[in-house]
Amino acid sequence: MIHSLFLINASGDIFLEKHWKSVVSRSVCDYFFEALERATEPENVPPVIPTPHHYLINVLRHRIYFVAVIQSEVPPLFVIEFLHRVVDTFQDYFGVCTEAAIKDNVVVVYELLEEMLDNGFPLATESNILKELIKPPTILRTVVNTITGSTNVGEQLPTGQLSVVPWRRTGVKYTNNEAYFDVVEEIDAIIDKSGSTITAEIQGVIDACVKLTGMPDLTLSFMNPRLLDDVSFHPCVRFKRWEAERILSFIPPDGNFRLLSYHVSSQKIKKKKNVFESFLCSSSLHLFDKNTLHINDSIIQFLQLLSWDVGKINPQKLPSLKGSMSLQTGASKPDENPTINIQFKIQQLAISGLKVNRLDMYGEKYKPFKGIKYMTKAGKFQVRT
Amino acid sequence: RLPKTARSNTPPHIYITMNEDLKEMLESNKESLKLEAMKRIVGLIAKGKNAYELFPAVVKNVASKNIELKKLVYVYLVRYAEEQQDLALLSISTFQRALKDPNQLIRASALRVLSSIRVPIIVPIMMLAIKEAATDLSPYVRKTAAHAIQKLYSLDPDQKEHLIEVIEKLLKDKSTLVAGSVVMAFEEVCPDRIDLIHKNYRKLCNLLVDVEEWGQVVIIHMLTRYARTQFVSPWREDAVFDENSEKTFYDSEGRRVDQSKPYIMDPDHRLLLRNTKPLLQSRNTAVVMAVSQLYWHLAPKHELSIITKSLVRLLRSHREVQYIVLQNIATMSIQRKGMFEPFMKSFYVRSTDATHIKTLKLEILTNLANEANISTILRELQTYVKSQDKAFAAATIQAIGRCATNISEVTDTCLNGLVLLLSNRDETVVAESVVVIKKLLQTQPSQHSDIIKHMAKLFDSITVPMARASILWLMGEYCEHVPKNAPDVLRKMAKTFISEEDIVKLQTVNLAAKLYLSNSKQTKLLTQYILNLGKYDQNYDIRDRTRFIRQLIVPNEKSGALSRYARRILMAPKPAPVLQSAFKDRDRFQLGTLSHTLNSQSNGYLELSDWPAVAPDQSVRIVEVVELAGAPLLGKSKPGKSAEKFYSDSEEEEEEEGSSSEDSSSSSSEESESESESEENSDDSNKSSSSESDSEKKKKTLKNKKLQQQKPDILNITYLPPQIIQKALLLFIMTKFFSIHIVLAFSNQFVANCRCSLLCLCVFLACQFDAVSWHVRVSLQASFPVFVPETSHELLHRMTGKGLSAQYRFTRQPCIYGNSMVSLQLTLSNSSDQALENIHISEKSSTGQNIHRFNAIERLEPQASVTVSMGVDFNDSTQAANFQLCVSIQPAVGELLLPITMTEADFTKEQGKLLGMNESSATITMTPENISSQSVNRKVVSVANLGVIPSSQENIHRRCLNLTKPTFWNVIKKTNCS
Repeated sequence: MIHSLFLINASGDIFLEKHWKSVVSRSVCDYFFEALERATEPENVPPVIPTPHHYLINVLRHRIYFVAVIQSEVPPLFVIEFLHRVVDTFQDYFGVCTEAAIKDNVVVVYELLEEMLDNGFPLATESNILKELIKPPTILRTVVNTITGSTNVGEQLPTGQLSVVPWRRTGVKYTNNEAYFDVVEEIDAIIDKSGSTITAEIQGVIDACVKLTGMPDLTLSFMNPRLLDDVSFHPCVRFKRWEAERILSFIPPDGNFRLLSYHVSSQKIKKKKNVFESFLCSSSLHLFDKNTLHINDSIIQFLQLLSWDVGKINPQKLPSLKGSMSLQTGASKPDENPTINIQFKIQQLAISGLKVNRLDMYGEKYKPFKGIKYMTKAGKFQVRT
Repeated sequence: RLPKTARSNTPPHIYITMNEDLKEMLESNKESLKLEAMKRIVGLIAKGKNAYELFPAVVKNVASKNIELKKLVYVYLVRYAEEQQDLALLSISTFQRALKDPNQLIRASALRVLSSIRVPIIVPIMMLAIKEAATDLSPYVRKTAAHAIQKLYSLDPDQKEHLIEVIEKLLKDKSTLVAGSVVMAFEEVCPDRIDLIHKNYRKLCNLLVDVEEWGQVVIIHMLTRYARTQFVSPWREDAVFDENSEKTFYDSEGRRVDQSKPYIMDPDHRLLLRNTKPLLQSRNTAVVMAVSQLYWHLAPKHELSIITKSLVRLLRSHREVQYIVLQNIATMSIQRKGMFEPFMKSFYVRSTDATHIKTLKLEILTNLANEANISTILRELQTYVKSQDKAFAAATIQAIGRCATNISEVTDTCLNGLVLLLSNRDETVVAESVVVIKKLLQTQPSQHSDIIKHMAKLFDSITVPMARASILWLMGEYCEHVPKNAPDVLRKMAKTFISEEDIVKLQTVNLAAKLYLSNSKQTKLLTQYILNLGKYDQNYDIRDRTRFIRQLIVPNEKSGALSRYARRILMAPKPAPVLQSAFKDRDRFQLGTLSHTLNSQSNGYLELSDWPAVAPDQSVRIVEVVELAGAPLLGKSKPGKSAEKFYSDSEEEEEEEGSSSEDSSSSSSEESESESESEENSDDSNKSSSSESDSEKKKKTLKNKKLQQQKPDILNITYLPPQIIQKALLLFIMTKFFSIHIVLAFSNQFVANCRCSLLCLCVFLACQFDAVSWHVRVSLQASFPVFVPETSHELLHRMTGKGLSAQYRFTRQPCIYGNSMVSLQLTLSNSSDQALENIHISEKSSTGQNIHRFNAIERLEPQASVTVSMGVDFNDSTQAANFQLCVSIQPAVGELLLPITMTEADFTKEQGKLLGMNESSATITMTPENISSQSVNRKVVSVANLGVIPSSQENIHRRCLNLTKPTFWNVIKKTNCS
């Protein structure tokens, strides 16, 4: 399956390579560099690049290209999904996934990659199992390790891989038992010139941070589960139970994880539409009206991007931005009607109206702290002008 | 930018000094120094620098106690063993020892490293290790063995035969851990050995939900291929079938059954579809895609729609995922527009999308366009034309062109829109418009000569070669429609001919030739001039073309018959180009594969075979019941299995549900023709169950009757000859009017006889009713529990139960009280000497499980026992069910007494206190032979718990007894009534 992996930074240097089968020469990346050169934007590099003997599948995240070398037929999504899982793991371990972080922790990175694939086939990708095998580096542990000479590699061998709930490690203990759930909804929308919605949909996720002792069995129920149009679950969720009762029943992994992603279709948002439409009209659209947009800044000609942080919006006082733009002589005239991307956040509101009804715990005796937070964000929210 | 692959130019001596340094560290005694050295070496490997001369120093540490050090040595070893084969052999013994370690994880990791060392000499050792590991007790080690198979195969393909044996063995493995890895090995080593899958097919289908996500992808792809070779196409009959069903609806004769054999889906085919469906909800995009392609390639067309939502959901994922998913949707949307049309808006382009994603979305939007939505799509496309991304804007114009040709209603609108674009500021937009207009005009040139004229005017301002060439071609082709403009354009071209691009030159020559033929008066000289220029052009194509054209059109003595036909050759009506999707022919590849993405066959691509015309023998998938004999073995494996099932869907139970209830059938099957019983349930079924001789006529009347009735009815076929059931079922299908609840309960023997045909029927039924979304509850899959344990477990001991003892056993029969319930058989026996009354289970259940209680047992005589069955819904978990068994015992009066010893005097005294109201007396007549004092004594004592007080009087026996606190006396006098 996956033969080798090359990590390439924005300036086109290969700064890490790992091979799971026999070594593939770096020169295979030349084909990638060719494609990189052809692409006008870093994002425009095609994800799958054929070469005479290999296929290169790459993902771009955090300005790093993760290029996997494939030798024979494999579902491309398989590789792509795995590469993203690798990035997620790095992020989980080092907090950020940057070239510097990877270079600083090259040994841990190598140990991780070694565990994640065997002969190019994914072996352990669950973060709970990996953390049992290789402890994430912390400043404290680094200090302790240098003094005592102890290691990052877990002393005990992983048991999670063998259990029926591979996502949860055994023997979890906390003094404060807590379970927090964040319902985060993103509005994807395209608004046209006149302010009417062309398309709008809500994508939501429930991210959980569960720190509970033992093997708790949780059930989470919603006030209005019918709202959800399409859902995908963390493997821990019992699907049958959801099908039958619309209740999320699961033994949670330890720590942070994404319990559920869901989609609320545009038909169901219709009712909610005036909420954000009025919100929009009051904020952005009027401001960015073509006639009043005069920007006095020479930097944008360089970046071709103007970003404006409005801060909190006061419904009485509409923020507005005016300016005039001077172009360098000979520079091409910028786009007359650029698309405006809007970012906003509304705390304590799930725009779809989804509400968690209750969370119950079985299987353990103690009483956990429970918390739920709602938030609405703009996802891919664009206004065409 | 230069490729950055060249190694840095550090002089070699620096390496040497650094490596010497590392070597020293490795040879020191301190663990920490060694570890530090290894970390630096791994750093070197990661950067792609060479560290192979350290091999001897590193390999010494392979047996280190420090786990991290050991792991880093493994990393090094795997990386360099190939280059240092002899030295690598030094480490082998360490691994061989570790292979025998009691810890499964150490065994596994030893096998992992051993198999990763690509040294051909150790092939026999590897082979041995794999064979041993394949039979290891630990599933984790077996999984590692499956991985090792592929490694060994790539190292030495000659081992194939031996490896296939191991694969065959591992395929039988029931562990979810192993399944994914062994199928991977199968795909790599022997993908053509489909025969190995037969026996494991059902198991793989059932395990699928519990396999880890990466394994799921591999298994699904393999099963897709498998299914295409084993089942008949569910599509072929589709159209025919639909038509017919409609016809029969109106046509009461209903001859459909006779005229075409309806498609019956193989139950295994259905099993695969059913078991993969929940995986559409997976968080892993690769799994969702795999299931989608499985449905695309295997499911009946009307079931395809369920994958749409999931695919659209994937569009929210990362850019690269979007790219692949959109490609697949593009291919699907060509064949089945309806699938994605409701989600059209999800394919609207955002300015932040990467270019390749934009073009894919555009492709899909174009594919989805139809008469109903074209106006919306065109409006959307208009905004794209204004995009900053010029490549995308150009693609949009192409898309508009395609919409225009595909949907004739909007051709004119599109054409007008495109003409407007000709005055666009941007040159690429204009050029692209010209090219597209050219293609559109070919369909109806006569009406649009003004557009051609307009383009002729634009000609000077357009510089993009393709666009110029297109205009020239248009001019030439339709020179009759623009007789004034064409020669003028040619004149301009003659001036600039030398500086034009090749493609423009070619078209200029063409234009010249065509004008020469149609309007030689004006253009003769111009043409000759251009032909002369072309004759000495640098490009041989142009020289060739010039030569050819000259011979063709200019009459001279040498040119023979051909030039007479010049006009017909050059001015022949040309077919309009068909604008079609670039994804048109992509469906030759299996969706979701690399080959599909690249649109060319990649290494190791396994082609999906076409459906077989006739299904191969289905019985190959039937697994013989080997376990039947090995009952104890099964019993042992049972708890483990249930633990595994803890998280899975209740496959097992489903199976059990499916099997028919032995209890109910065995009791009723005795009645052989159970017409009477069906009669009770519905008078219709009684008719249908009447023997075959009651042919068509009766059935028709029956059908009519049902039509009139219009209410759901219940048919209970208990024991009927299979042919009759078949007919009855077919009849139901034909009438198709009611929601039918068919409970098929059949006896053992009966099922053995006709299980196959029945199954087919049931599946057929299910399919049909699915299609019209009817609510049918058919008990399918008459599979029997492989082994019914006879042992029962003690629930209540007779000591603790005060005489009532209870035993339970799992009958492994489908529970008749509910689908999710497990049926439980309780044997209650009364070992006390009194009858127990009203035995029942108390109402409140402590664990919240749903328990179907047995009916209260009115009375259980002493020493009698009764067997009752109950159902418990364990919620698919191993949580214990708690319930209270309530018994009421009504004691006889005599049992409430206790004897006391006292003298006769006391007795008389106490008795004296209780005269009158407290006294009651009765007279019993007895036969003389019974009147001996012993016999009376015995009789009395047997009835009541009494003591005997010796009496002075002959014929008076005093009994003394006590009833707990309020002392109570009772005397029984015996009078001799001789």
